[in-house]
Amino acid sequence: MATTDAGLASDAHEQPGHGHSDHGHGDHDHPSYLAHHFDTPEQQFDSGKLGMWLFLVTEVLFFSGMFCAYAIFRAWRPEVFEGCSQFLNTKLGAINTGVLLFSSFTMAWGVRCAQKEQHKLLTAMLATTLSCATVFLGVKAIEYSHKWHLGLLPAGLFSYDPSNPHPVGGPNYLAYICAPFALITIGVAIWLVVSFLRGAKFQLECAKPLMVVCLCFFVGVGLGTILESGGDEGHHEDDHAVVASADGTAAEHGDDPSHADGEEHAEHVEPAAEAVAGLPAAGAMSNDSADLAVLERLASDATNTGLQDELAARKAQSERSGGGILYDVSDDASATVASAPENVLRPSRAGVFFSIYYCMTGIHAIHILAGIGVLVWLLVRSIRMDFNRNYFGPVDYVGLYWHIVDMIWIYLFPLMYLIR
Amino acid sequence: MSAGSVPSGYEVNDPGYPTPQENYLTNSKGILSWAFTLDHKRIGMMYLIGVSSAFLLGGLLAIGIRLHLFAPDGVLFNNALFQWLAPDKAPNDIYNQVFTLHGAIMVFLFIIPSIPAALGNFLVPVMLGAKDVAFPRLNLSSFYLWVGGALFFIMALLASGLDTGWTFYTPYSTTTDSSVILATTGAFILGFSSIFTGLNFIVTINTMRPPGMTWFRMPLFLWATYSTSIIQVLATPVLGITLLLLIAERTLHIGIFDPEYNGDPVTFQHFFWFYSHPAVYIMILPAFGIISELISVHSHKRIFGYRFIAYSSIAIALLSFIVWGHHMFTSGMSPITTIIFSALTFTVSVPSAIKVFNWVATMFKGSISLTTPMVYAIAFIFLFTIGGLTGLHLGTLATDMHLHDTYFVVAHFHYVMVGGTVVAFLGGVFHWWPKMVGKMYSEVGGLLSAALVFIGFNLTFLPQFILGSRGMPRRYATYDPEFAPLHQMSTYGALILGVGLFVALFVLLMSLLNGKKAPANPWGGATLEWNCTSPPPFYNFERPPVVGDPYEFGDIRWDTELDRYVKVEPKRERVPVETPAETPAHASE
Ligand code: HEM
Ligand SMILES: [Cu+2]
Repeated sequence: MATTDAGLASDAHEQPGHGHSDHGHGDHDHPSYLAHHFDTPEQQFDSGKLGMWLFLVTEVLFFSGMFCAYAIFRAWRPEVFEGCSQFLNTKLGAINTGVLLFSSFTMAWGVRCAQKEQHKLLTAMLATTLSCATVFLGVKAIEYSHKWHLGLLPAGLFSYDPSNPHPVGGPNYLAYICAPFALITIGVAIWLVVSFLRGAKFQLECAKPLMVVCLCFFVGVGLGTILESGGDEGHHEDDHAVVASADGTAAEHGDDPSHADGEEHAEHVEPAAEAVAGLPAAGAMSNDSADLAVLERLASDATNTGLQDELAARKAQSERSGGGILYDVSDDASATVASAPENVLRPSRAGVFFSIYYCMTGIHAIHILAGIGVLVWLLVRSIRMDFNRNYFGPVDYVGLYWHIVDMIWIYLFPLMYLIR
Repeated sequence: MSAGSVPSGYEVNDPGYPTPQENYLTNSKGILSWAFTLDHKRIGMMYLIGVSSAFLLGGLLAIGIRLHLFAPDGVLFNNALFQWLAPDKAPNDIYNQVFTLHGAIMVFLFIIPSIPAALGNFLVPVMLGAKDVAFPRLNLSSFYLWVGGALFFIMALLASGLDTGWTFYTPYSTTTDSSVILATTGAFILGFSSIFTGLNFIVTINTMRPPGMTWFRMPLFLWATYSTSIIQVLATPVLGITLLLLIAERTLHIGIFDPEYNGDPVTFQHFFWFYSHPAVYIMILPAFGIISELISVHSHKRIFGYRFIAYSSIAIALLSFIVWGHHMFTSGMSPITTIIFSALTFTVSVPSAIKVFNWVATMFKGSISLTTPMVYAIAFIFLFTIGGLTGLHLGTLATDMHLHDTYFVVAHFHYVMVGGTVVAFLGGVFHWWPKMVGKMYSEVGGLLSAALVFIGFNLTFLPQFILGSRGMPRRYATYDPEFAPLHQMSTYGALILGVGLFVALFVLLMSLLNGKKAPANPWGGATLEWNCTSPPPFYNFERPPVVGDPYEFGDIRWDTELDRYVKVEPKRERVPVETPAETPAHASE
């Protein structure tokens, strides 16, 4: 302590005019990486680590709001969640889970490299982690753009039309998502070439891994495309139809309660479909029979105790109003399209699943983007060989952050994709 | 060095507090040296100016509200001037916007950052004996986030106002066409500012304590700040996501809160109060901390029940997370839930009461000097007690059915927030002002401000308890004529309160011009901040402070000759005089 105390006194005199951000003025026992207001590297490391953990706590709480919303709405509308979940492509979700898990592994390895001063390996690990992140985003781009194309959007914008699940035309969402990434990739490529021509070694060292990272985004897009279309033939159509019945959006089932026998509805994408084809919101004409069917099936599981009451209540309500139960659709759900009062054109209740899906995965994706930002910063510093056995805090903290982002996905995947 | 009132048998052991050539205010010059400063003291001062401006703006709006309510049909916003200024707005709409912005500005821009970010930033490292907070850059970014949030609020005000009430309840907030998105974005940003401040303080207190500064040698203000920070870190993210979802609700219609799209407005209330009830403790806990310091220093007596006060802060912080439902007793919760929330609400009042008892016990048989800070502190105890006790009326299910959404609630929360937090904040500012700027203010002026604030405040809000219990609903622009006399009393009170606040401002600003130079320890405090010069040097301490008992006043005496407080030590005859204990011998372990 005594020595650092002396350091303190001299600091105060030496540089009254400076902020203490400017390191490296050659203060005796203050290494360049140690900020002035800290006494020892340990103190600095502990502070950073505790700060990071607290930040992660806030992250968890931030997401917890959405997990709560998920729990509340799933408890209220189990059939909607079960039905809509089938819209999500489990294969893509699983791939992304694997990719993130692997990236956590390389991240953790990276921390170890930093501690052991294995600079080359650290750079490689960080680059791999980054590449996984961009693959993840590439796959996500496919998932999102496909859903937007189908009109599987948040409640207010939901426009999925079971009679016309694959509308032609419409904006090319995938191109919009890819455009910024393509621009960045081109930028990095130019940077790579220029630094190669100018023989700027450090810049070249940075540009090379970043080039790989950028290209990995398109690897992800390609991977996603293959898997998405691969699954498209058989069960995919199925999915659409199942959802149509499960979330009760399909008007085509008419009022016939005898259909209330489970997924069978799937096949009935027929006559009445024409009637709603021109409707802006296909989910408008709500009918419960399909809801009730799913609910009945869920309720027949004796462990779902709460559902029996719910089912009874809904049946009663359905008889009374003939309309939707989950929300207040107009009493005359049977009204013709032409005379449909405004409130019949209500958004589908399926929308809330997608609202929650987009909120959670979207905010998660923003966290991935932020993670990419800090990882790039680490990558550059690692190439500059900033880290050593006494100073590897930033790698460690970013690692913690990366693990939490990963972990949130680990929860999202089963909650969203694997409801069945 | 012979000392006037130093009793015989004691000798002055006073390092003499050497005045460094530079202090934190003068060590660098120019506006940029402030804008990019990483010094916690400067950031604290910038916060002080910022939150005071917000307080001024919110206060003017409050005066607007009270003037309008002077007569049953309203007098201000239906006045020709306002009709000319805003011809397309009905007087009642203007009223709604004014009370909303008053509330939102006061809560998000002023009271939440007031004590932690302004006084806390200045004091936490100094009281701790550290050179700075753990993350100076994060600290500066908190301040700029605050500025950003404030800009959004001002944009909301200029764009189309805000008329949802500070609570942003859905479904109104998803349907009104006032600037909900701007205001919620502002509050979202302010939330991050608050989170970063809290995070910074927790880390600072955990890792930056110098040797000798054990947890139980920390001044109680630090315990209070620590508990506040816990709430800031744990509750604010939930507000963040709630506001984000509200913005998404308005833009994308996600149907989580909006019944129009199958959402559930009560879920919004749960989310909102899950933050906002703990947030009321973000407001009051640091005030508790200030009062503990003020009472003890100005009574020159060891704080009574140090550990009780310290632990009760933590207890309040934790309990505050499980009582939010008491804001929603009438929102259609199940009866059993309301009963549970009601019972839990009562438990929070226990640690609050513990503190009040301890402060009173501290004053008992102390040698109280009725300085300005002390008078504010005593006013605090009085007003907070009323505020807290009326909270129990509201926490009781049966009475809350009647009192909910009436002026009784308004009076309750103003007693705790203004009578509590603002009065403590003022007391704290008067207490640490000499340390912050190095100048003494006029004691007479300070006392006058305290008296005016106390009288004005009570005149404003006591009548509101009566109004509320007689059924005057809150958030109304007009009222039955039978309520007029009480409303008029309230308006007169608000004007007196306003005058009191301006007197306080005036007294403080005048001290900058012609105040006497402040000694290092003007009140005889024993915490570390009184160990460094006023104002402190850049790195707070010229030499590492000797950490002692923060409430040991026995060795601090007024020296009439030197005209300041000095540290004394029992004379020990055999100890040679030439080894004064001023060297940092204890500090280096
Ligand atoms: C000491 C124990 C306290 C208890 C038992 C208590 C209880 C309550 C209850 C039950 C309500 C809801 C009344 C209603 O809407 O019907 C309420 C409202 C409120 N309380 Fe407290 N309270 C306490 C302390 C505080 C403190 C310390 C603060 C702030 C510093 C505070 C600020 C508020 C605010 C702002 C509201 C009104 C929010 C609104 O609806 O706009 N309370 N309190
Ligand atoms: Cu509350």
